[in-house]
Amino acid sequence: MNILSLITQLAEGFVLTVEIFALTLLFSLPLGLIVAFGRMSRNKILRTIAKTYISIMRGTPLMLQIIIVYFAPYYVFELQLGRGYRFPAVILAFVINYAAYFAEIYRSGIESMPVGQYEAAEILGYSKAQTFFKIILPQVIKRVLPSITNETITLVKDTSMAFTISVAEMFTIAQEISAGSTSVMPLMVAGVFYYIFNLVVAAVMEYLEKKCSYYR
Amino acid sequence: MDRQDILLEMNHVKKSFDGTDVLEDISLQVREGEVVAIIGPSGSGKSTLLRCATLLETMDGGELKYLGRTACSEQQDKTGKSVCVYAPKKELKEIRKSFGLVFQNFNLFPHYSVMKNITDAPVTVDKISREEATERAQKLLKQLGLEDKADNYPYQLSGGQQQRVSIARALALQPAILFFDEPTSALDPELTAEVLKVIRELASQHMTMIIVTHEMQFAREVADRIIFMEQGVIVQEGTPDEIFATENARVREFIGKMNA
Repeated sequence: MNILSLITQLAEGFVLTVEIFALTLLFSLPLGLIVAFGRMSRNKILRTIAKTYISIMRGTPLMLQIIIVYFAPYYVFELQLGRGYRFPAVILAFVINYAAYFAEIYRSGIESMPVGQYEAAEILGYSKAQTFFKIILPQVIKRVLPSITNETITLVKDTSMAFTISVAEMFTIAQEISAGSTSVMPLMVAGVFYYIFNLVVAAVMEYLEKKCSYYR
Repeated sequence: MDRQDILLEMNHVKKSFDGTDVLEDISLQVREGEVVAIIGPSGSGKSTLLRCATLLETMDGGELKYLGRTACSEQQDKTGKSVCVYAPKKELKEIRKSFGLVFQNFNLFPHYSVMKNITDAPVTVDKISREEATERAQKLLKQLGLEDKADNYPYQLSGGQQQRVSIARALALQPAILFFDEPTSALDPELTAEVLKVIRELASQHMTMIIVTHEMQFAREVADRIIFMEQGVIVQEGTPDEIFATENARVREFIGKMNA
């Protein structure tokens, strides 16, 4: 088996892997904040909904969630969405799953903020929104960055679960080639790709953490 | 007393936490230029009084007025029970502009430089220009002996410097009244001295201030009036000379212990 053609094929799949990764972060990071607000809401109904949502997302396998998100429109609503729905289904499943984890990370960060920061802002006349976005959130981000790094690294590896519904990301392709050529080589090479990707992710996160270290 | 120059008026303020009365019928008026020190043992309600006055805590009964504007007043609800009704949000926002508060543990914003800590509220809240805010901040920093600290972050400063920055931050909004909640309790004696010096200077410029403090000598020296509180009531009130020469055994005992 030609190593160069193997790498080329895996690289094509890798593009999709990166897309899943990037789109998941793009949507789940803000969605997680909204879920965190719900989780901390004074409204009991909102709070219960958010809590249940987080509990289900964290308490069931992501692989199962991907399958349900993919098949539910057909089996529940008899909607024929076709093959084109595979990729959106993967993104949707990843986003709602990761938003739950991020929500809990945000919550821990927000709840760790000293009440004095809120009181100082209130006395100075900041509105609730100004207080949150100017005073609280920047400090929360610094506090939760290490936990976010953890989740992000897990996400890189989790993208391989798109394999479950045959989305042609890198792991799916590696698996196919491997089965066709009865060799573990393609999976090994895919492993190297994942590893390098995570090295980059770790480096980026370290850079962000450093950028936040100008104050204590 | 000329009602025109009464900046703060608290009448029959009541506050309880879980059924325990923390403030029982406290009345207090502060005139322009006056420095009032509130002393008393821990748990006497001094800090709660300050928190009620600065709208950080809602009171259960009584009336609160700033410069003639009513922040809250006691009214009868449908069942005839008296409740404290606060002014609408917009009015409270205006009223909040009449006072500042310096906290015991500073509560500076750690992610902002000293300069930004002082200028951000005037720019964000009062919508003054950044240039004007910066100019104002530079003046304050100079006045408080911090002109070389503008670009530092709070964690790089000593406690005394941090507390002076928080005083500058409060003054930048040009409040009519400045409250201090045990401003030196988190500081060692040396740092305490530099903060007290600043407050003393403000007093000499006739800044209206209400100071909750455990520094008896400082209260005696800087205050026009001292209020002694215990168990949610004002036990005695008077000029420093009157308080320090009091016949009241309890007040005497407290002052004696604090001076020892």
